[in-house]
Amino acid sequence: MLSSQIKSNEIVFGSCNKDLLEEIIFYGIGLGADFVEIFIENTDNSSVLAEEDFITSVSPSFGRGAGIRIFKEKKDGFVSTNDLTKHGLMRSVSQAIEMLDITDNKKREVFNGLNKHKDYSLPKKKWINEVPSIHEISEKLLVSTKSLKKNNKIITRKGSYSRNLQEVIIASSDGTYASDIRLYQTVGLNVIASDAQYRSSGSRRFGSSGMPNEFRLWDHEKAANDVFESSMNMLYADYVDAGQMPVVLANKFGGVIFHEACGHLLETTQIERGTTPFENKLNEKIAHESVTAIDEGISEGSFGSLSVDDEGMEPEKSVLIKDGILKKFISDRAGELRTGHKRTGSGRRQNYSFAAASRMRNTYIAKGEHSKEDLINSISDGLYCKSMGGGSVGATGQFNFAVEEGYLIKNGKLTSPVKGATLIGEAKEVMPKISMCGNDLELAPGFCGSISGSVNVTVGQPHIKVDSITVGGR
Amino acid sequence: MNSKEITAQISKAADFLNLKKWDYGASFSNDYSVQVDKGEAKQLKASQKQILTLRVWNESNLVGITTTSDISESGIKKALNQANIASDFGNKNEITEFSPLAKDPIEVKDAKKRNPVGIKKLLTILREAEVKLLESHESIKSVPYNGLSESFYERVYANSDGAFRSYTKSQAALYLYARAEEKNKKPRSSGSVKLGYGVEDIDIESCIKDASNKTISHLNYSSIKTDKYLICFSPESFLTIINAFSSMFNARSILDGVSLSNKNSIGEKLSTEALNIYDDGLHEENISSSPFDGEGTPTKRLCLINKGRIENFIHSESTARIFKTIPTGHAGLGSKVSVSPDWIVVEKSEENSDLKISLDHSTYEKEFVYIEELNAIHAGVRASQGSFSLPFDGWLYKNGKKISIESATVAGDIKYLLKNIVNIESSQEVTTSGISPHIWVDKLSITGDT
Repeated sequence: MLSSQIKSNEIVFGSCNKDLLEEIIFYGIGLGADFVEIFIENTDNSSVLAEEDFITSVSPSFGRGAGIRIFKEKKDGFVSTNDLTKHGLMRSVSQAIEMLDITDNKKREVFNGLNKHKDYSLPKKKWINEVPSIHEISEKLLVSTKSLKKNNKIITRKGSYSRNLQEVIIASSDGTYASDIRLYQTVGLNVIASDAQYRSSGSRRFGSSGMPNEFRLWDHEKAANDVFESSMNMLYADYVDAGQMPVVLANKFGGVIFHEACGHLLETTQIERGTTPFENKLNEKIAHESVTAIDEGISEGSFGSLSVDDEGMEPEKSVLIKDGILKKFISDRAGELRTGHKRTGSGRRQNYSFAAASRMRNTYIAKGEHSKEDLINSISDGLYCKSMGGGSVGATGQFNFAVEEGYLIKNGKLTSPVKGATLIGEAKEVMPKISMCGNDLELAPGFCGSISGSVNVTVGQPHIKVDSITVGGR
Repeated sequence: MNSKEITAQISKAADFLNLKKWDYGASFSNDYSVQVDKGEAKQLKASQKQILTLRVWNESNLVGITTTSDISESGIKKALNQANIASDFGNKNEITEFSPLAKDPIEVKDAKKRNPVGIKKLLTILREAEVKLLESHESIKSVPYNGLSESFYERVYANSDGAFRSYTKSQAALYLYARAEEKNKKPRSSGSVKLGYGVEDIDIESCIKDASNKTISHLNYSSIKTDKYLICFSPESFLTIINAFSSMFNARSILDGVSLSNKNSIGEKLSTEALNIYDDGLHEENISSSPFDGEGTPTKRLCLINKGRIENFIHSESTARIFKTIPTGHAGLGSKVSVSPDWIVVEKSEENSDLKISLDHSTYEKEFVYIEELNAIHAGVRASQGSFSLPFDGWLYKNGKKISIESATVAGDIKYLLKNIVNIESSQEVTTSGISPHIWVDKLSITGDT
């Protein structure tokens, strides 16, 4: 008997679940829902930690669950469960219907059944057998931490790896029926250096999506040298003096500022809340004309890439800002319903227990025409931010970011390293001050936490110059 | 399956796989939450979750672990198998054992477990709260971040040596974060969070009032000149700083080389003799209290700083063994067992004659900065280096007047901060993360307008 002919009373991964999914959606529509969406996942994750010269933690995990979302007009009810039986899923639909207080089911939406299955997982089923084994990961991590042991000032060495394999099924009452397998791998190195009263730290993280062999190709020597050099440069650094000054932000993870300070304000969830200053600025100038910014989910292997979003839509390349003009918002299904901005394939969630929301994917400022040296040479007294730490954005758009590795710029040259710097500002004030973009665009992986949990993203930019920004220090 | 049945199932499957030593921690929860937008329901959520973390010891006494949400018979077997495979990579240099206290009696507070009020009631309460907050001041235009939730959960620890502990609890939370706008001024935002064992225990009116007062108090704002200032930390902000640097008292962090303390730091003077700090997970005001930790060790009150000196570290089973002491009830179950504080209590000790008691935030008339809330902790704290640079919400008090500070950061070093405490006010306040009085610190750097 073909698997598609099996009538199952439970979701079975790797089989056709069309009849069961349709039955559940029909049930929800029949009870009066405007829209029914089912997201089901099966995960197989593992992580490994190496400290000094030993593996100190190996943590496999696996799980499965479903998130059911019902829309009635512009409000939605979301129920998550670990029960993937027909009974469990129908009970979740009933619960969502009840929460939304849907009693008038006379005005009934039409459900014409699910479309032809879009199976993005077919070429990916072998990935689980192609990813490195725990043994292989452990050996490489130990070699990595060993190569961090370059002098006696390094007092702590860590290497960490994690792999998330997520199999998803998405079905909804507009006919969407898709399944996919996602693979994310990330590896990071951290050191702490110490000498008498001086302390510094260094860290770098690397990540990929959909590339089972990527960890094997990772150049751990180069990464270790980079982390070591960063920690040594900062070990004896003085604290930076606070002030208003021009800064050059390095490429790769420097893009975290655009992501946090501007990118989030271009998500439709912010329009829904009325918390973005850009709400009514479509086709207006919001940034310097040198700035073009993009959010996309299609760069092969990038940490924020995906074949299909968590609402069953293929991701698009969205030009958010073109030559300083706001062109588009990042939108999901609820965002389109509530704000009118078309979906962009950006409906994302950490797992089944979160409803999808409009979230960034690979977000970056496009490259310009200048060299890194052009930017630095244009500043007589300022700060070069080589490596950024984390940051945050307040409810009114103010941001604050830690500079992990910074150097003073004097008369167009990099001089002494400085620590303790933070960059403080507001997106709508800083965006017009990005006056020069370099020609060295690069992306860096990261994790973004927001309304629908923590999702993989990349941030990125070329080197950029901000004409003036508040630098916090001591 | 209930927790007893799960324990029996694990025991049976472990016997089948010839795994003689195992333990597990599990949690089972049902959560309900609502959000509103200008009187309309926005999102209503319900979730049923189950998480099982299972450890097994192999014949070499090395530990392997697996976490799963699949608590079916086959899921448990798979988890045991995976944990057994992972045990081949167990840490040979730091052996983990059962907590020697895992069968000791535990102090179970009056559970105060409430019944669910249901989504409709949650929605009605939150709608009314939003309306009241919007009506409290003409400048409050929206409540962009709001939510009311109730959770019902059970936590379990059991091991193959016969230890079995479980407790059930309920908890509810209300948060209201308002946004105020005035012509030709930047929008200002602030809010309030209240917890209770159930929705009926939450002081909703006080949450509305706090959110409104805080938001309105920031309407009249100005930038602050970059300089060093006398600072008064609110109870909430001081607890935030102490929690951010709790690695100073954390034996796991010390062993990992990421703490400012070392094995010999017990007795080290960190602060004025007037400062006492405790960790007291069972404190009656701690809504989230748990009678045992991830290894089954009973939770207890522990003095961390006594009269300005480090008195104790917090421990798991393995760190306690290495430090030749007993576990303190602060472990989190994992392949590498984590250690973290529960509920910080800050007090003024009896040795307080060196304090400047004239520094009282309600009466002091000279210039000082009041830090109400610290933000971006994950980005601005370098616990292993002792430094911080954090944005904050607060006011500049000058000549008897107060004005909200527009956008600024406070920066410094935790050891400098603790050594420069000049007053600890007498009255303590309960917050969501602990209890503390207002704390005054001299000469901390603030970056604002240059």
